Amino acid sequence: MHQLTLAEIARGLADKKFSSEELTRVLLARIAQLDPQLNSFISVTEELAIAQARAADARRAAGETGALLGAPLAHKDLFCTQGVRTSCGSKMLDNFKAPYDATVVARLAAAGAVSLGKTNMDEFAMGSANESSYYGAVKNPWNLEHVPGGSSGGSAAAVAARLLPAATGTDTGGSIRQPAALTNLTGLKPTYGRVSRWGMIAYASSLDQGGPLARTAEDCALLLQGMAGFDPQDSTSIDEPVPDYSALLNGSIEGLRIGLPKEYFGAGLDPRIAELIHQSVKELEKLGAVIKEISLPNMQHAIPAYYVIAPAEASSNLSRFDGVRFGYRCENPKDLTDLYERSRAEGFGAEVQRRIMVGAYALSAGYYDAYYLQAQKIRRLIKNDFMAAFNDVDVILGPTTPNPAWKIGAKNNDPVAAYLEDVYTITANLAGLPGLSMPAGFVEGLPVGVQLLAPYFQEGRLLNVAHRYQQVTDWHTRAPAGF
Amino acid sequence: MALERSDVEKIAHLARLGLNEADLPRTTDALNSILGLVDLMQAVDTTGIEPLAHPLEASQRLRADIVTERNNREAYQAIAPAVENGLYLVPKVIE
Repeated sequence: MHQLTLAEIARGLADKKFSSEELTRVLLARIAQLDPQLNSFISVTEELAIAQARAADARRAAGETGALLGAPLAHKDLFCTQGVRTSCGSKMLDNFKAPYDATVVARLAAAGAVSLGKTNMDEFAMGSANESSYYGAVKNPWNLEHVPGGSSGGSAAAVAARLLPAATGTDTGGSIRQPAALTNLTGLKPTYGRVSRWGMIAYASSLDQGGPLARTAEDCALLLQGMAGFDPQDSTSIDEPVPDYSALLNGSIEGLRIGLPKEYFGAGLDPRIAELIHQSVKELEKLGAVIKEISLPNMQHAIPAYYVIAPAEASSNLSRFDGVRFGYRCENPKDLTDLYERSRAEGFGAEVQRRIMVGAYALSAGYYDAYYLQAQKIRRLIKNDFMAAFNDVDVILGPTTPNPAWKIGAKNNDPVAAYLEDVYTITANLAGLPGLSMPAGFVEGLPVGVQLLAPYFQEGRLLNVAHRYQQVTDWHTRAPAGF
Repeated sequence: MALERSDVEKIAHLARLGLNEADLPRTTDALNSILGLVDLMQAVDTTGIEPLAHPLEASQRLRADIVTERNNREAYQAIAPAVENGLYLVPKVIE
């Protein structure tokens, strides 16, 4: 039963082959049995899950239908869940039981989804390896010595290991797409403003976006449908109609113009990954897609610009964690400054502190123009590159990551080396564009992802291309040994 | 321009982070390494380019000036480190 996709679960529940409660109990048992190897969950909310499953079964018995009614999933532990610890992977929020639900959580619950718990993540979503969590590193089910990617690494590991059919994640610089690539999943970062950020603990507010991680594009369509849409409580939410994503999956891609940016295939890309990406391009050509070479000349400037904008916004967002109203407070503060400084130094881990300091420096008097303003100008150059490219092509394709999953600990002593792993994903965040990663093969037993980018609000096009690709390939059906 | 130890102390204070003496050299190295990466962007010619703050160039949405928030004071105070009579407690500020 644990092998079922969301779409298969929806059919099984509709046909009364099993109940949501039966399925939920099977998955809870699997989590109890297998998660100690992975550490993909921070909290498993067993009683709540059973209660939600029973409620979903009762709604269905009363005649209600819906693709997510009774569907099990889990939330990355930065989506606020009322009455349940929402830690953001940090000691700072280890004792924080959210007083309200995030919009994403509330919408999925209203659709009848069953939340099994909260998944592990890099502390405050800052990382690409899920090693910076206060609750310990997450292991990649494809090789337990390797990282699952981050920052939505717990969601990715749990779904890849068949503990869950799908989970929510967030993507600020690649944090859905990169772990999806490293664990053989399909993951979608929507257009900025497509999914409400209300109740989603902020890292970098102009870049953060929630989205689905699942094993197929079909399942991402189902989960995104439950997440997307205008929310007046999020001042950056965009009031655009949400299409029926599942209805768009099967459209023909005959004549679809796919651009391959030459900058995505240059130095730094593992040649074995390049080979797999070219194979995926051949499959899409067989389906009728037309391939063009394009250029995104400012791509190389994305990482430096990101590591100003994201830390600057983080230093501002994380200033609220001061030991006064909620979260961690140090013992016996001698005065107010000591309360702030020790609560924050003891509550935040090393990577979070580094990024806060980089941000505080970039925003400090005398440096603002050289850092923050220059980064925002580069941000426009990057957006302009994409706008020009989308005049000629419908979708942009390239690798999701330059390398497969690395060994746990391999990049711990050099934060900059880990930052460079996000070279292909960060541009979509800076430009606010939707992006998807889907399985494209394996290198030494470790999964490789191919990334698709589309114009604003064209999530349906990404899901369509990915679904058609998944009809003629079987990479996405491969499961890690032992799970 | 490399940061000195005194710069890092000043930044840490701006960010209200009480760093350990022992961690300062390592933190200084890490910040310099990150700023080295960031400084690559100084070579980019951005003359005449407008900064981009919001990817879709949206501006803040306005709404009618009416009360929309519920009073959640009790729920919020229940998760605070120290409260008394509905007030948040902090160390004494004024002698």
